[in-house]
Amino acid sequence: MADAQAGPLDAGLRVSLLRTMLRIREFEDRVAESYLRGLTAGSMFHLSVGEEGVGAGAGCAMREGDVFTTHHRGHGIFLARGADPGRMFAEVFGRREGYCAGKGGSMHIADARLGHMGANAIVGANIPISLGGGFSMKYLKTGGASVAFFGDGALNQGVLYESMNMAALWKLPVVFLVVNNQYGMGTRIDRASACLRFVERAETFGVRGAEVDGMDVEAVFRTAGQLFAHSRAGNGPAFLIANCYRYYGHGRKDPSPYRAKAEEEAWRKKDPVEAQKSRLIHDGLLDDLAAQALVREVAEEMEAAVKWASTASMPEPADLWTGVYAD
Amino acid sequence: MAQMMYRDALRAALHEEMARDPRVFVIGEEVGRYGGAYAVTRGLFDEFGAERLVDAPISEASTVGLGVGAAITGLRPVVELMYVDFVGLAMDQIANQMAKVRYMTGGQVTVPMVLRTQGGTGRSAGAQHSQSLESWLAHVPGLRVVMPATPADAKGLLKTAVRSDDPVVFIEHKALYAMKGDVPDGEHLVAFGAAHTVRPGRDLTIVTYSRMVHVAAEAAQKLAGEGIDAEVIDLRTLNPLDMDTVLASVKRTRRALVLNEAHRTAGFCSELAARISEELFDTLEAPVARVAAKDVPVPATLLEKLSIPGPEEVCAEARTLVQRRRR
Repeated sequence: MADAQAGPLDAGLRVSLLRTMLRIREFEDRVAESYLRGLTAGSMFHLSVGEEGVGAGAGCAMREGDVFTTHHRGHGIFLARGADPGRMFAEVFGRREGYCAGKGGSMHIADARLGHMGANAIVGANIPISLGGGFSMKYLKTGGASVAFFGDGALNQGVLYESMNMAALWKLPVVFLVVNNQYGMGTRIDRASACLRFVERAETFGVRGAEVDGMDVEAVFRTAGQLFAHSRAGNGPAFLIANCYRYYGHGRKDPSPYRAKAEEEAWRKKDPVEAQKSRLIHDGLLDDLAAQALVREVAEEMEAAVKWASTASMPEPADLWTGVYAD
Repeated sequence: MAQMMYRDALRAALHEEMARDPRVFVIGEEVGRYGGAYAVTRGLFDEFGAERLVDAPISEASTVGLGVGAAITGLRPVVELMYVDFVGLAMDQIANQMAKVRYMTGGQVTVPMVLRTQGGTGRSAGAQHSQSLESWLAHVPGLRVVMPATPADAKGLLKTAVRSDDPVVFIEHKALYAMKGDVPDGEHLVAFGAAHTVRPGRDLTIVTYSRMVHVAAEAAQKLAGEGIDAEVIDLRTLNPLDMDTVLASVKRTRRALVLNEAHRTAGFCSELAARISEELFDTLEAPVARVAAKDVPVPATLLEKLSIPGPEEVCAEARTLVQRRRR
């Protein structure tokens, strides 16, 4: 992936950011549809529709040699980092060909070869693991960054602040990246935190902080890219809070009665996918026909991925016992 | 053979492994300049420096998590948790991360990490610094649990732990640090899952580990004077658990006494009693006898001794046990 630049973004990159967002949305919607078709291994999955600007923007701003962890709503970030959607669907469907051999499930899809150290279902627990990734990068002098993606729900977990302190103390290349979708399950961010100046929290620890509009994929790409570069260069940790919105409920069966329709509509008006599409059309990088072709292409890709995954094999009983121990 | 204290044997193991493998580093509270709360790492800082003897702030959860992340990304961390009583502070990272990352990712990643800690009574340190919490850890699949009773095993098992690709919880005993014993010269490795028969005997089998091995040996000696011949088995590792040695012994003696310094209820000896009963119910002359700490918080001062098993209690139980006959 290209590095973030101070000047205008490359035209191809701008289109690919849109494409990545379209792929994320299509993937997530097909997970929901697959559930209704009885294909998923369970109903425990968390969709990132509405958060594509953050997943695509930050994911594409990372580069090979960087490592990352995600929270339980991490499908989009992993797709942006180059995941194969077929193997992701296979994992969601509990198949052997899934990234985790069908043992992780939706909340734990990861591929270590793509730098994914693990997707976590304990809120905030991936943060110290990314701290360790940053420790390794400094120890081994790899020049990479270690990025922890987590939701606003983790902003009040103690390990975040323990880890910020240690990352700053030892100048580790760790980036704390908040996908702020406004809700920790059903609790809105201002009902969980008395003070919403999260960038100040980070700065208090000696961590460089920034806030960005998560509905603007180019802004996320630029800002995240700058912070990743800051950390890779040995300047210590960084913190980015990207403000976006979770269009759907917390999980499958949550109609979100705790939030106002007007609020949902206001956020949907700032839709990151539509915003980027309009911007590219305005700038002459895309026309309606090309946009439609892009949508069709992505739909076909995901259709094929679902089809492949739905014919993948089921785990064997003996698989139960494999992978517990290495020795 | 060299006479060595338990703490010096541990230090020798760390020293040898750090010299052998540059990926090995030690992190924890007071492990560097201070030399460790129980002086295990004393002197290592001068030799290996701050990069490999890392003094951590008092942030147990994130320190353990750092170890997990560093292990996933190519290092071999030895994380010191000053007291096993502090395990609660880090339990999510231990039970949900360190133990499970490998399985959840379908065996993609390994976590070659050692969590060194110490427990047990003997210093009147009170209820929060004297516990034996090994059953909390042995309950979690994915963790190796090691509890050495002698200087030779302390060294040999710690070296094996550092080389293991599995996460190992290595629980030392605070009352054994000054204990002296013979340690083989040269490269001394002790395999996991190999119990050690400390004393052969015909009349009953005492199964135990850690400091209680010495209590059992003292009791066995006393019993020998009364004509009761007790076999004493030191498990050395609780996971993997060498039940073969235990069952072979009990098959011969037909009487088993299980002994641990942990509380009686749901302590590790309850697991041993269950397994022996399941396998050898028809062979046993009497129910398996459990000798364990009283189900009270460990008191400081003089009451401490009353709360944990001593040789007298072991002897009394053994006398009762050998008198029982299956009708």
